[in-house]
Amino acid sequence: MKSIIRKLTLTAAALTTFAAVGMAPATAAEKVVLGVAIPAATHGFTGGIVFWANQAKKDLEKANPDLKVIVKTAANAAEQANQLQDLMAVSKINALVVFPFESAALTKPVAEVHNKGVYVTVVDRGLTDTSAQDAYVSGDNTAFGKIPAEYLAKAMGGKGNLVALRGIATTLDNERWEAFTGVMKNHPDIKILDAKYANWNRDDAFKVMQDYLTRFKQIDAVWAADDDMAVGVLKAIDQSKRTDIKIVFGGAGAKGMIKTLMDGKDPRIVANVSYSPKFMYDSIKLTAEARLKGEKLPATYIIPSELITRENASKFYFPDSPF
Amino acid sequence: MPPVPTDATTSTLANSPAASLATSQGSRLAQRLQDLGPLLGLILLCIAGWVLNPDFATAANVLNVLTRTAFIGIIAVGMTFVIIAGGIDLSVGSMAALIAGAMILLMNAIGTAIESAYLVVTLGIVFALLLGALFGLAHGLLITKGRIEPFIVTLGTLGIFRAYLTYFANGGAITLDNAVSDVYSPVYYGSLLGLPIPIWVFLLTALIGGLVLNRTRYGRYVQAIGSNEQVARYAAVEVDRIKMLTYVVLGICVGIATVLYVPRLGSASPTTGLLWELEAIASVIVGGTALKGGEGRISGTVIGAILLSVISNILNLTSIISVYLNAAVQGIVIIIVAFLQRSRR
Repeated sequence: MKSIIRKLTLTAAALTTFAAVGMAPATAAEKVVLGVAIPAATHGFTGGIVFWANQAKKDLEKANPDLKVIVKTAANAAEQANQLQDLMAVSKINALVVFPFESAALTKPVAEVHNKGVYVTVVDRGLTDTSAQDAYVSGDNTAFGKIPAEYLAKAMGGKGNLVALRGIATTLDNERWEAFTGVMKNHPDIKILDAKYANWNRDDAFKVMQDYLTRFKQIDAVWAADDDMAVGVLKAIDQSKRTDIKIVFGGAGAKGMIKTLMDGKDPRIVANVSYSPKFMYDSIKLTAEARLKGEKLPATYIIPSELITRENASKFYFPDSPF
Repeated sequence: MPPVPTDATTSTLANSPAASLATSQGSRLAQRLQDLGPLLGLILLCIAGWVLNPDFATAANVLNVLTRTAFIGIIAVGMTFVIIAGGIDLSVGSMAALIAGAMILLMNAIGTAIESAYLVVTLGIVFALLLGALFGLAHGLLITKGRIEPFIVTLGTLGIFRAYLTYFANGGAITLDNAVSDVYSPVYYGSLLGLPIPIWVFLLTALIGGLVLNRTRYGRYVQAIGSNEQVARYAAVEVDRIKMLTYVVLGICVGIATVLYVPRLGSASPTTGLLWELEAIASVIVGGTALKGGEGRISGTVIGAILLSVISNILNLTSIISVYLNAAVQGIVIIIVAFLQRSRR
């Protein structure tokens, strides 16, 4: 399954930036050793990150004989810091793509690598000191909160009762939540009944939703804020046999949910918002190709989060990815 | 089988300070009160929950809470045996996750070959229980024959089990095929005489656990080993075999919990069963079992497990406390209840 090498569909913006470079003949024949430091697969999303990183290694090493990609996964921030040292000392990398486990804790270790002349691309979780990075590639967390809010406000006709689930208390979750509530401020007739943490976990989401159902007699929509959590939410609603909930909005575009959306299997799943771990693939590819040509990346590159509906869902469906 | 034991025979065999103290009349009453500590805590908590939100006391909510307690509760019953015998098992959450994953993979694989979905589910359940027993046996062998500390053995398998699940799932989720899932889902969502199936299984497991612990020779040996392993050995108790069996009992309990867990979401992922080990151990200890082993009660464990899920249920049913502080509230309640039932040391 992993052996199937898929045709890469780069986002349009990336294409315009790099297509010309990619076609130019290789001049700098210097070997690029690219280290990739990412979190271990402990959640559907990080599972996707690991999958796409390995996919990028496979595709890029095949296409570029001058490139070596080393992928390291870490279970916590300290392990990741150690891996960065190992990548420097043992593997002698000259480019690094890092998905920091934690922003603050990894800033110093990444800066150390950067100071030794390694080209550093930081992915998703920004460092607290941005001078330690050459490029920053990230998903769009603001849009991740804003798009569902706008969609739900419209679908609910500007009024009704809504409950929300939150992930794990992090800056990333806060950004999404602030963007969501920011939009909802313009819709005073939509009442956000409560928002509890369910840790991006199916089981916790099941419990939280069960308790929401006990507590609130009329719920029109749920912002589950993650496709794993949406799974638990849907099961809890099914069990209660309640029919007042019209929409469950997940997020991130997990393949199971995209499939449900495409097939129209569940009337409560009408839209999603993309936050695909595939940006890991894009980041590695962009960095590797730029370094092979001796080019630089734009300092900041935000991969847009898009509204996924039934019409465009097939564009976001990757059946081979674990996420 | 010898007659029902009295405290006197137990204490002669165990010869522990705790056991002999318990026989003295003065501390008997105090002991009774301490036994009621967790129950008292639970009752107070329920009153608080009812005051904060009257929906707390609805039948639907009570059944929800008891049903979701079933997984941890069943594991905690097995854990009570292990802890009373002086052991510990940190791997149960990971073990449940791996059993869930392996069971789903098996059912998906044989689902295409076998016509009857009922047979597929039955085979899956048998497989889950066997796998649990097998994992437990492996723990038991490593701990008794291998002479490795249970903390280390199960810390090791905690990592091993979860890593293999993650490997099988490719970092994503393992999902049960729909046809099988439809047949299987009543095991979690179905009811018998108005009570959901998981609650029945939980009660039954606790009942059998309590009988085995208090009314059989095996149960007395478990307590004796936990009180004083050397003395038990001199009394010709087959310490290794008894200890090994406690891990097998726990493994089977994890298997039972997994059998109930899988039909709920029909999937297993790397987050399945995360921190269940701590919840199960906390249920046992909050319920009045000594972490150093030797004494404990299944009834206390059951109350402890219910208490833990009631806390988070109440927090979900109210918004008086910032969501950032939920874990703090849980911690405070656990410490208060532990204080209520603190044992004489």
